[in-house]
Amino acid sequence: MAVPSRFVAPMRRASAVARLSSPLRHCRPGFQARWTGNTSATSEPHQQDAKGTVKGGAAPAKTVKFTSDSYPEIQRDSKFAKITQEHVDHFKGILGSESAVIDGVSQDATDDIEPFNSDWMRKFRGHAKLVLKPSTTEEVSKILKYCNDNMLAVVPQGGNTGLVGGSVPVFDEIVINLSKMNQIRSFDEVSGILVADAGVILEVADNFLAEKGSIFPLDLGAKGSCQIGGNVATNAGGLRLLRYGSLHGNVLGIEAVLPDGTIVDDLSKLRKNNTGYDLKHLFIGGEGTIGIITGISIICPQRSPAVNVAYFGLESFEQAQKAFTEAKSHLSEILSAFEMMDGRTQKIIQKVAGTKLPLEGDYPFYCLIETSGSNADHDSEKLQNFLEHVMETEIVQDGVLAQDQTQIQELWACREGITECLGHWGGVYKYDLSIPISRMYDLVNDVRDRFTEAGLLGDDESFPVVDVVGYGHMGDSNLHLNVPVRRFDKKVEKMIEPYVYEWVANEKGSISAEHGLGVTKRPYVGYSKSETMIRLMKQIKDSFDPNGIMNPYKYL
Amino acid sequence: MSGLRILVPIKRVIDYTPQVKPRVNRAQTAVETANVKHSMNPFDELSIEEAVRLRERKATPVEEIVAISAGPAKAQDILRTAMAMGADRSIHVQVDEKDALEPLGVAKLLKKVVDEQKSNLVILGKQSIDDDAGQTGQMLAGLLNWPQATQASKVEVEGEKVTVTREVDGGVETLRTKLPMVITTDLRLNEPRYASLPNIMKAKKKPLEKKTLKDYGLDAAPRLKTVKVTDPPQRQGGVKVEDVDGMIGKLKELGAL
Repeated sequence: MAVPSRFVAPMRRASAVARLSSPLRHCRPGFQARWTGNTSATSEPHQQDAKGTVKGGAAPAKTVKFTSDSYPEIQRDSKFAKITQEHVDHFKGILGSESAVIDGVSQDATDDIEPFNSDWMRKFRGHAKLVLKPSTTEEVSKILKYCNDNMLAVVPQGGNTGLVGGSVPVFDEIVINLSKMNQIRSFDEVSGILVADAGVILEVADNFLAEKGSIFPLDLGAKGSCQIGGNVATNAGGLRLLRYGSLHGNVLGIEAVLPDGTIVDDLSKLRKNNTGYDLKHLFIGGEGTIGIITGISIICPQRSPAVNVAYFGLESFEQAQKAFTEAKSHLSEILSAFEMMDGRTQKIIQKVAGTKLPLEGDYPFYCLIETSGSNADHDSEKLQNFLEHVMETEIVQDGVLAQDQTQIQELWACREGITECLGHWGGVYKYDLSIPISRMYDLVNDVRDRFTEAGLLGDDESFPVVDVVGYGHMGDSNLHLNVPVRRFDKKVEKMIEPYVYEWVANEKGSISAEHGLGVTKRPYVGYSKSETMIRLMKQIKDSFDPNGIMNPYKYL
Repeated sequence: MSGLRILVPIKRVIDYTPQVKPRVNRAQTAVETANVKHSMNPFDELSIEEAVRLRERKATPVEEIVAISAGPAKAQDILRTAMAMGADRSIHVQVDEKDALEPLGVAKLLKKVVDEQKSNLVILGKQSIDDDAGQTGQMLAGLLNWPQATQASKVEVEGEKVTVTREVDGGVETLRTKLPMVITTDLRLNEPRYASLPNIMKAKKKPLEKKTLKDYGLDAAPRLKTVKVTDPPQRQGGVKVEDVDGMIGKLKELGAL
């Protein structure tokens, strides 16, 4: 048993039952929808149709608005060449295989190209006419060299699960999709270092590592679709960051191709290597603007056999902070996640998904704590002490503790199901922010007050704003501020932007904690980076990509 | 009649989750249980929940809810769970994993416990998800010579009268009988509650009595012999094809076209 005798962790185990009787409980915010979970942030509500009304659910593909229409200020750069048949033939020559080129130039391939042209949120849509799927680093090199020589703009694309429109074209950029580069190259069981192609799907890598008793040091909602190369290129954060740190720490080496075709082989398998500028860090979080990552080496920790998850109700955000402090001191090295959800998010899950919440009473704040360790007895003893302490000192009002994987998933669904449920009314304004922990929730209150004062927030159809909610990775001071709305409304947008960015800048926070810049955050970099920093970044971009063909109209 | 004295037998089984894949041991005599996650049999959670709900409904006073489990020391974990969900006390009958009881053995034991505890209602899962025998409830009713209602999807108690609804092929069947009786639970009976932290703490102080088969004067020598335990046949892996032509070729090769 996961939690042995000293501290018994009883809990509802409806999932076992639920799985047996699934038709009865089909609407749980569960793992089925996990890939939509936890990652969120962008500044516009979407799923709009041509009339500008917002619809819930999946709209037919044709209704996804072109990014170039949503962002009329972005103009196609005339320095880039238009793709011709000659270009296409050349690429076919490089790649050989029929299936590696989706050619929309010489024929109509709109339907085939559509999945590469638009994103999963149905918010961004480009005009690309050509998709290339190289299988080797050399092919990537040949493609990029040719593009660079012929001034053809490109968009590197992994699993296309991003939230800021970074992985889809804006105009007619060529999509270079890495999905065919999906081989695990090596794994050293002693050091735990994995070397793999960029196109390996995160979950595939993690499952491979699970068999070896290791774990990929990154976990996020989109794990079943996203690719590790894309994760590194966007410096994805996710659920395990509190425990294992960011990819800047875990990625040991990178193989990348520069726009001129140069293959940068820095696939180091060394933990220590102080020999000059550590250039791989430029590619981590570079969002494909200076080169395409084709392979990575990454240090993977031991997988923890003993995992526990607890879920608490708390009276205030101050208590949540206290709980976090106590969790760190009592659980120290086994604490692997500390997530915060406000009561509004939990009510929305209850309302939208129709699920019973783990706790009977209503609380303004909820926390989810995960521990991962090597010894179940040791962990549960620590947990027991922690739980007794926070209950006795009344930091925590009520709570439950999962005792097996099924329950762990159910409790995680209370956190990961939020994103999906928020979209119920139509659109969501999403912000992914780093804010000093003590001020984290103040922003949510401030934004809610603004909408209330302006008379935009209310319970019936006449109000555009449904609610203002906050949740996030408390352990990382990362707040997801979400504003579910009934319809897209300029008045709403004006109330939040640039207010939120200014608020965050005043607190010296970041306007994009883990989702990156892409198309949506590009105009706002200045709120988090100084002019000097932006100038230096531009210099770097220019020296790696003088022609500017790499993922244009984004990032900087 | 003064009130309900409910006995809820529960079993510790390998956790029901896709993450836990049961493995057959080398000797092909059983499923490997060492270092595998365990928890309460889900049908037994329904039994506990129903007992607690009967108390909460207040239609008929519930004097006592007693949970019982026969198994290794770790079975005490699920007894604590049961008490955190609302059972008043529990009995652990120590049985080593290698000497696991068969349904008849369990039923004999439960009969003794029913006599000892003066229970007048036994609510138990219709089956355990590990052995899937689905016999214990019926055998117990036979040994006690009590009426039984199996696979209950609704239970109503009014005084001595008990009405049980069961979902059967093509409809529902309603049974009415009198206490004492045996009820086995089915999935749609209720949705078990989460046990809260305060209740988990209270449960630690609730009495847990430790017994052995000897205390009940039982000899539970097995009557059945497991000949062999094997894995289901392995699924054949799929084949990836490069393109549509490749797929058509493959389908032709397999005679599917």
